[in-house]
Amino acid sequence: MTTTVGKPVPRIDALDKVTGRAAYVGDLEIPGMVHGLILRSPWPHARVLSIDSTEAERLPGVLGVLTRDHLEGIDAYFGSVVRDRPIVAMDKVRYQGEPVAAVAARDLATAQEALELIRVEYEELPLVSEMEEALVPGSPALHETNLCAEQHYDWGDVEEGFAQSDRVFEDTFTFPMVYHYALEPHTSIGHYTNQGITVWSTAQHPFLVRSDLARMFGFSLHQVRIIVPYLGGGFGSKSYTKMEPLAVALSKVAGRPVRLALSVEEAFKTVRRHAARLTVKTGVKLDGTFVARECLIYLDTGAYADNGPLVAGRAGERIAGPYRWPSLKVSSSAVYTNSTPAGSFRSIGAPQAAWASESQVDIIAHDLGIDPLEIRIKNMVSRGEEVRRGQRPLEGDPATGLRLAAEAVGWDDEAAEESGRAVSSALVTGKGLGCNLSGVGSSPTSTALVRMHVDGTLTVLVGTTELGQGSRSAMAQVASEELTVPMDSVDVISSDTSIVPYDRSTGSSRSTTLMGLAVQDGAIEVKDQLLELAALHFESPVEELSIEEGQVLCRGESIGFGELIQEEFGGVAGELMGRGYVTPRSHGGRLAQSPVFWEVGISAAEVELDVETGAIRIPHYVSVADVGKAINPQQCEGQDEGAAMQGLGHTLFEEMLYEDGQLLNPNLIDYKVPTFAELPDKLETILIENGDGPGPFGSKGLGEGGIVAAGPAVANAIFRATGVRIKELPLTPERVWRALRRARGQD
Amino acid sequence: MAINETQRPDIDRIPVSLTVNGRTVTDNVPPELTLLDFLRDWLGLKGAKRSCDLQVCGACTVLVNGRAVSSCTFLAFEARNAEVTTIEGLAQNGELHPLQQSFIDNAAFQCGFCTPGMILAAKSLLDQNHHPNEEEIRAYMKGNICRCTGYKKIVEAIVAAANGD
Ligand code: FES
Ligand code: FES
Repeated sequence: MTTTVGKPVPRIDALDKVTGRAAYVGDLEIPGMVHGLILRSPWPHARVLSIDSTEAERLPGVLGVLTRDHLEGIDAYFGSVVRDRPIVAMDKVRYQGEPVAAVAARDLATAQEALELIRVEYEELPLVSEMEEALVPGSPALHETNLCAEQHYDWGDVEEGFAQSDRVFEDTFTFPMVYHYALEPHTSIGHYTNQGITVWSTAQHPFLVRSDLARMFGFSLHQVRIIVPYLGGGFGSKSYTKMEPLAVALSKVAGRPVRLALSVEEAFKTVRRHAARLTVKTGVKLDGTFVARECLIYLDTGAYADNGPLVAGRAGERIAGPYRWPSLKVSSSAVYTNSTPAGSFRSIGAPQAAWASESQVDIIAHDLGIDPLEIRIKNMVSRGEEVRRGQRPLEGDPATGLRLAAEAVGWDDEAAEESGRAVSSALVTGKGLGCNLSGVGSSPTSTALVRMHVDGTLTVLVGTTELGQGSRSAMAQVASEELTVPMDSVDVISSDTSIVPYDRSTGSSRSTTLMGLAVQDGAIEVKDQLLELAALHFESPVEELSIEEGQVLCRGESIGFGELIQEEFGGVAGELMGRGYVTPRSHGGRLAQSPVFWEVGISAAEVELDVETGAIRIPHYVSVADVGKAINPQQCEGQDEGAAMQGLGHTLFEEMLYEDGQLLNPNLIDYKVPTFAELPDKLETILIENGDGPGPFGSKGLGEGGIVAAGPAVANAIFRATGVRIKELPLTPERVWRALRRARGQD
Repeated sequence: MAINETQRPDIDRIPVSLTVNGRTVTDNVPPELTLLDFLRDWLGLKGAKRSCDLQVCGACTVLVNGRAVSSCTFLAFEARNAEVTTIEGLAQNGELHPLQQSFIDNAAFQCGFCTPGMILAAKSLLDQNHHPNEEEIRAYMKGNICRCTGYKKIVEAIVAAANGD
């Protein structure tokens, strides 16, 4: 029996990636392709009075200049929720770095020269840099209003809940602006002709980009082709439509394919994660039972909405944590400010929400004298319980996961010692926990095509983008398992909208579950067809047939898949095709209820703190992921380890810094991300496999959970080591040192 | 900013001769042309990647006379007479280098964008120090950033390659 599911089989892109053969958008050379560069606004908020590009247009080697005056026939606005973002600035600019014009030239040096010849006259407008000021009536407005979106939900009566509580806690936390830093910055090659558009792009959701471009440039869907080769990381930064409209519009004026390859600095000015201010008020009984929670969340969505409204909604849902709340009331808003637009980033809204929620749980536990592990377990929702009103009941068991994490980090020993074990006079250690629960999977809309060739090998076509997460390999494993053919007989073609069938998006930990099901369904259809052909061949009912290792067996006889196809089509010819449709109605409607599944994020950290310098080291970090069934355990671990390290980044030092609307650190020298030096001495991932996921073989997705609870796990550990509670991230040495001094009354 | 110099006029070019993956290359290069652009745009070797462009991330790492350098900030003419190895030159006669195999076996990459540089930096380390301990690996490799893997599996891959397993 060929079994690949559950095994650490090598990725199908392994050879490409270790030999340098793997081609990313920036490696492609399209015939006739020229190079584009963008002129960006130096001002964070200004009216654009005039743009003169005549000199630039006349420069030899320049093939086209794009400004607001060159958009005839194009609907210039896009945005996944609110269409507020223009291809290039129209009447005004709303953040420093916003595209104002672009040039296509035969080489980058000429393009650069041309940019310098474009004259733009601005009239500076008052700046909105903080959410607080943005919402004050009468303050300068970026759009009609600075309130981009507002979400509310509640159940039960929180006022009554607080009245019934023995203690009520209220705390405010802040979360920084952070940047994804996928190593490969956004890159798009646009090719416009009057018959249609082809775009090679770093797009996580090519089908959504397709519909935006079709609408904006006036084409039907079959005239727009989005091709996504390997992506150099995404983490949400390449979700929805980003630079594609600009590349296409520039190609339209230049009359040939144009490559737009952003620098890292430009990527910093394309999308980021939402900074947040979160106030959490929680009422509890003296025994630690949670009674009521009220939350007020403000998310800084920057100059344009991007995915801000959805992020606000998710932050609002996720701040309840994995806990039972008799009453809950949440208000969550996305607010415009003059800064890089904020969009999706690995588990939208969740790290912000968990930072507040999970820090406060420890504040409460400490105050009531209850063990932080126990207060969590006591209030945690369990399998089958309704997590949020009207939503899918919980299929997993987060309490078990939390206990495993605690055990792995040696929680009990710590509890016995209480806190603050001094290693030397300056070094103290502490342990901390954090956990969260996120409804994920986006919507159940994925399709796949499984082709079996006449030699019995497979080509699987999916719209899932390979960002590095290993989706092509996971899909190959599912098809290989279902049809009993070896992994090296399966190829997976992904993300070419004119070739592969529709997928909604690659994000929200959804692909293994939803596209995995579609691939499995497609493989089952092929299997059914093979069995029908074999029934004819053996003149025997289907019930007497079975398949094994690429053969159909019948009463001790066997025939290869390829031979069956040949028998049907005649000669060495033909192929079989299986479709997989995942829709809200498919699979008996079991995927329709939101969310598709619940993803836990559970972390336990052991922290070593130098009280003289505020420097933090992480000797031991544990992350738990509930994957239902690991299609590829090694790749699952990799996802979780990567997410954990990214979480430690925003916990310890990552932060985009603005001053007077200018981004101060849009580069890797001034914006530090984790390196080998920050890798915990021991980084552990625990996979829970109960086969209870809705995906193929009982699997459910992962990849996002690991980032969510890093912040509170580390801050809670610092509290246990020092008794000092820090409510702002990142926990830079300076911030920690100042907090320690303040606590000692030295400030 | 990356400037593709390919089509600029022939002013002040410097004659260079070097070997790239064992083959002799002779050309006239502008003084400001980086080794990364030379490899990618002139020679069509796209394995080395550009990310930070500031000698921080290591995505552009190649070997110059066996030493790992950031080719984004290394001028092409400085490589004259040198032996340059890129990721494309690592496998010999279709046989993967032990580090390449070890990166596969240990799942030491995801998106793969950092991988060419990561593998070459690791090679430079192992050529100097056949059996580095974990601490030495972490210290040597910190000029190479990976945003996907969380580093653990890369350390494991290098340890395994050093131990020959
Ligand atoms: S691109 Fe050269 S070090 Fe980052
Ligand atoms: S594998 Fe993506 S950056 Fe290292």
